[in-house]
Amino acid sequence: MNNSKYSDAALLLFFIIMVVAGPFILAPFGGSYPDLLQKFAIFGIFAIGFNILFGLTGYLSFGHAVFLGVGSYGAVWMFKLLSYNVLPALVMAVVVAGFFSVVIGYISLRRSGIYFSILTLAFAQMMFNVAYSVATPITNGETGLQIYNDDPQWLQGADSPLTTNLFGLKMNEVFWRPEFFGFEAQFNVGYYFCAFFLVIAFYLALRITRSPFGMMLRAIKTNQNRLSFTGVSTRPYMLAAFVISGMYAGLAGGLWACMDPLAGAERMQWTASGEVVLMTILGGAGTMLGPVLGAGFIKYFEAIFSKINDQVLHSWFAFMPDGMENFMVAIVHPFVGKGWHLTLGLLFMMIVIFLPGGLIGGLTSLGRVLTGRGRKSKG
Amino acid sequence: MQILEVKGVNKRFGGLQALNDVNLSVSEGAIHAIIGPNGAGKSTLLNCFIGRLNPDSGSVTFNGNSLLGMKPHEINQVGVSRVFQTPEIFVDLTVLENVMIPALAHRDGAFKLNPFRRMRQETDMRDKAIDVLEDIGLEDKLDMTASSMSRGDKRRLEMAMGLVQDPKLLLLDEPTAGMSRADTNNTIDVLKHIGDSRGITMVIIEHDMHVVFSLADKISVLAQGTVIVEDVPGNIKGNPKVQEAYLGTAN
Ligand SMILES: Nc1ncnc2c1ncn2[C@@H]1O[C@H](COP(=O)(O)OP(=O)(O)OP(=O)(O)O)[C@@H](O)[C@H]1O
Ligand SMILES: [Mg+2]
Repeated sequence: MNNSKYSDAALLLFFIIMVVAGPFILAPFGGSYPDLLQKFAIFGIFAIGFNILFGLTGYLSFGHAVFLGVGSYGAVWMFKLLSYNVLPALVMAVVVAGFFSVVIGYISLRRSGIYFSILTLAFAQMMFNVAYSVATPITNGETGLQIYNDDPQWLQGADSPLTTNLFGLKMNEVFWRPEFFGFEAQFNVGYYFCAFFLVIAFYLALRITRSPFGMMLRAIKTNQNRLSFTGVSTRPYMLAAFVISGMYAGLAGGLWACMDPLAGAERMQWTASGEVVLMTILGGAGTMLGPVLGAGFIKYFEAIFSKINDQVLHSWFAFMPDGMENFMVAIVHPFVGKGWHLTLGLLFMMIVIFLPGGLIGGLTSLGRVLTGRGRKSKG
Repeated sequence: MQILEVKGVNKRFGGLQALNDVNLSVSEGAIHAIIGPNGAGKSTLLNCFIGRLNPDSGSVTFNGNSLLGMKPHEINQVGVSRVFQTPEIFVDLTVLENVMIPALAHRDGAFKLNPFRRMRQETDMRDKAIDVLEDIGLEDKLDMTASSMSRGDKRRLEMAMGLVQDPKLLLLDEPTAGMSRADTNNTIDVLKHIGDSRGITMVIIEHDMHVVFSLADKISVLAQGTVIVEDVPGNIKGNPKVQEAYLGTAN
């Protein structure tokens, strides 16, 4: 506990370096383009926030995408009403998500375990349906919320950019495209804007995890009843954790809208809520780096696999005889493109079965094997 | 003055009358032992004090206020702490954390929103927890994960979690069960010392007669859910009712 001060500083430094060097690191993997880099940061924030709830308290929310969704809506509304400046949009995103997480959390936390999960899922499905029905004046239904020429944009300056920006600094601008080992690395304003919040989100999560408050949350996970016999009212702690993680989701949703000023109800669908659960477990629930790693892993493979279509497959297997080639394409086809979720499902099963601690757990034991230290506890 | 007053408490589990018109009064600063054979209803009685169970009828008042209907954390916050019979510790947390949690709950109340406070700002609570762990003999296991402790150590940790709160009333459910003779004697010393120095009132359930007669100012004998005798230790051993109901069957 005492030495955690230094290892935490090292962890934070490592994290910052990785995030700042992101475009270089991902270049050799074909991942150094703004859209994907931004997704890493956005879903990294989402997963870090989710981990504050799930990783620390053990309460599994199956409706967290709602907060991301309402965050996006809130942000786009700020673009429509005020201007393309991203700051009011982000503030609004976090506030709206905070509001919804207070309401949904307050009600869902009357139950624990599977009943809590089901309540959050029910809320999410309700919100999803409402977004498509009665709330269409706010959400613009299936079309999704977007910015039109006749939107008021009261604060939009005459000469400020007609795209999301931070006081003139355009989010979609790529300001540097160096070659990196023969690959192009794209340095984009939007990514660094998101990365800034990712680092802050990570730092705050680290502080929360290490605080007495975080200790109470971990105690809830271990033995909630005992905690109440110890004089702690567990529900406000749970609600605080729920709202904090909801605001993280809102920030992620807001950033997403800042990168691409659109918001649609599909962001709140249960599959989206399930995705953040997968990210967290895949990376390693309850660890600091795991959720970000899980988010990056899923978003990367999603980008790679969903781009593979039959044409690409044919080119892969072109060296084979025709019959064989068609056969292979037919076999691989269900796993790529739109079928990438099948691959994700398989990957997820493999990791849960073979790496119960997630990717981080796997890396840690690998590190131990390589350094020849068979120690079980972390000192 | 009576700090804890229990009147006419009944508790039924299906067909089993676990508590039958139980009366108990504990005076402030006293150590009150409850003895009785297995299944007599001793733990059940404590459960009725701390909000884990609600008696079917009767009253439980602490310092003149009813404890019935209060939430478990509220009961703890008015100064009633319990040491459980089967250790209910936070197994994934370290020994020190296990003791700091009740210490913080005692200082900060039932809820405090301070998510960015640093652990090292809590040196007072840390020192307090370490003091108690020293008394109890666990000071060299501070950073050990609670789940990896021996059963006896878990019992001692349980006790540290209760003691660190400086409760007005400490409920101890078989604190020495499973402990070695030496640890049991140490526990007796610690409880005696704390009872004397801090004036903590204690209700202690115990099968070990050595512990009971070393500590108790008063003893209630519970058998089949009924208090058959309540008296000072000197009169308990010779009481024929007790010998029949308890000592006779136990020995
Ligand atoms: N929650 C419960 N539901 C049903 N029956 C219970 C419950 N708790 C206790 N009992 C029963 O009530 C009776 C009294 O149990 P209790 O645990 O209070 O006994 P005890 O005096 O503490 O015994 P021991 O010395 O073994 O700890 C037992 O027969 C037990 O099986
Ligand atoms: Mg018992």
